[in-house]
Amino acid sequence: MATTVSCLELPKGGFSFDNCARNARLEERGLTRPKFRKTGTTIVGLVFEDGVILGADTRATEDTIVADKNCSKIHYIAPNIYCCGAGTAADTEKTTEMISSNLQLHRYRTGRPNRVATANRMLKQYLYRYQGYVSAALVLGGVDCNGPHLYSIHPHGSTDKLPYVTMGSGSLAAMATFEAGYKANMKKADAMQLVRDAVAAGIFNDLGSGSNVDLCIIGKDMKVEYLRPFDVANKKGVRQGNYSYKPGTTAVLSKSIKQIKYDIVSESVQEDMDTS
Amino acid sequence: MSFGNDYGLQEGEVSTGTSIMAVEFDGGVVIGADSRTTSGAYIANRVTDKLTPIHDRIFCCRSGSAADTQAIADIVVANVELDSIMMGGLPSVKKAAETFRDYCYNYRDQLMAGIIVAGWDPKLGGQVYTIPLGGMLVRQPFSIGGSGSTYIYGHVDATFREGMTKEECLQFCANALSLAMNRDGSSGGVVRLAAITKDGVDRRVILGNELPRFYEG
Repeated sequence: MATTVSCLELPKGGFSFDNCARNARLEERGLTRPKFRKTGTTIVGLVFEDGVILGADTRATEDTIVADKNCSKIHYIAPNIYCCGAGTAADTEKTTEMISSNLQLHRYRTGRPNRVATANRMLKQYLYRYQGYVSAALVLGGVDCNGPHLYSIHPHGSTDKLPYVTMGSGSLAAMATFEAGYKANMKKADAMQLVRDAVAAGIFNDLGSGSNVDLCIIGKDMKVEYLRPFDVANKKGVRQGNYSYKPGTTAVLSKSIKQIKYDIVSESVQEDMDTS
Repeated sequence: MSFGNDYGLQEGEVSTGTSIMAVEFDGGVVIGADSRTTSGAYIANRVTDKLTPIHDRIFCCRSGSAADTQAIADIVVANVELDSIMMGGLPSVKKAAETFRDYCYNYRDQLMAGIIVAGWDPKLGGQVYTIPLGGMLVRQPFSIGGSGSTYIYGHVDATFREGMTKEECLQFCANALSLAMNRDGSSGGVVRLAAITKDGVDRRVILGNELPRFYEG
């Protein structure tokens, strides 16, 4: 009689939820889980007369600490498409990178520039698959054969197509600026100013946002202007006085040099690598 | 999943806390919806188009989780397109509704989707199908859905008449949706309407300041 020994195989790839139940129990007992690096963020986008403008602040936070004062939140998707990311920094970075490389392959296959709708569909289907666990809130903008397009994509995978959008913790302040100042078919200079003002509203009124304003302008000719920084909202001032003491200010009262005794335990000499 | 005040949504999930409806008339259907998309207390989109085209003469009205309903609609669009290519001519509304039903029923534990499918086809004319949360499928002469619909059941039962014309149906929808939007905090914005007939789709928007007005005291 033969006995079969079956052994449990671990699934390969994808997320592992093995420790979820354990972690929930630990949290019930008062253990706090470590915080992710979130881009508590203001990101915005706007369609103007001949193209789209994306805007973002440059603060990355880890709980209450500013982890990066000048991080880049406008990600490259394709030569004619860019994407702002809010949420967990690692998730926005990796999702945009992955969609970007899939679109590169798509360009090799078709020999045509990507459409913004394609990028939108790939992003929303990816995020929907992970049911909100991939914490990426995106503002996708670009220009293709059908003109300029702007989408907002929520972490659960829903999307909206709008002439102006904001996302992240500073989205309320930024949206208030847009609602007050947006007009259809704006001139480039006016549109840039409005996007700057919207991001600045986030920087000044939202604790999660701060530092500089980055802009990315994608024209109808698919020409891209990536301005980083476009505006330094909080310029550091010049210190007026010099408060440091000159060398020798403190009087030397006594001086003694002590010999530290030590034994050589082991000594090694690096041998030449044999390259023959 | 709880069905308290959060309508079974996860934290931060975007929902079409909605008022949607559809009415059959001789020769077609009229569908309507408000335009508000919410994320908690924040209006994520105030000009949403919840009347989602499935094919040339088939639309659906979405309510529940925005992500779930968009994902289902995207899949059904592909299914119905394939059906129309294989069968030739305009696809069946019933078949489209059944495709919706299959997804809503099979994934009923994971989804938050209340959908109204409406359209016109050469075999059965104008049709309205309702798919509530559990994944049931019923054909009705008219249907209302979404969080705002609870406020207007009495109104629609009192004012619905069989054999209304297209214009009467459009007015019926505009009135009912305005009433729902006034009482439901998760509904609002503009009213989007569409009349689907053999000849095509006639789409209309009623702006917030042009909505029918009722008692506001």
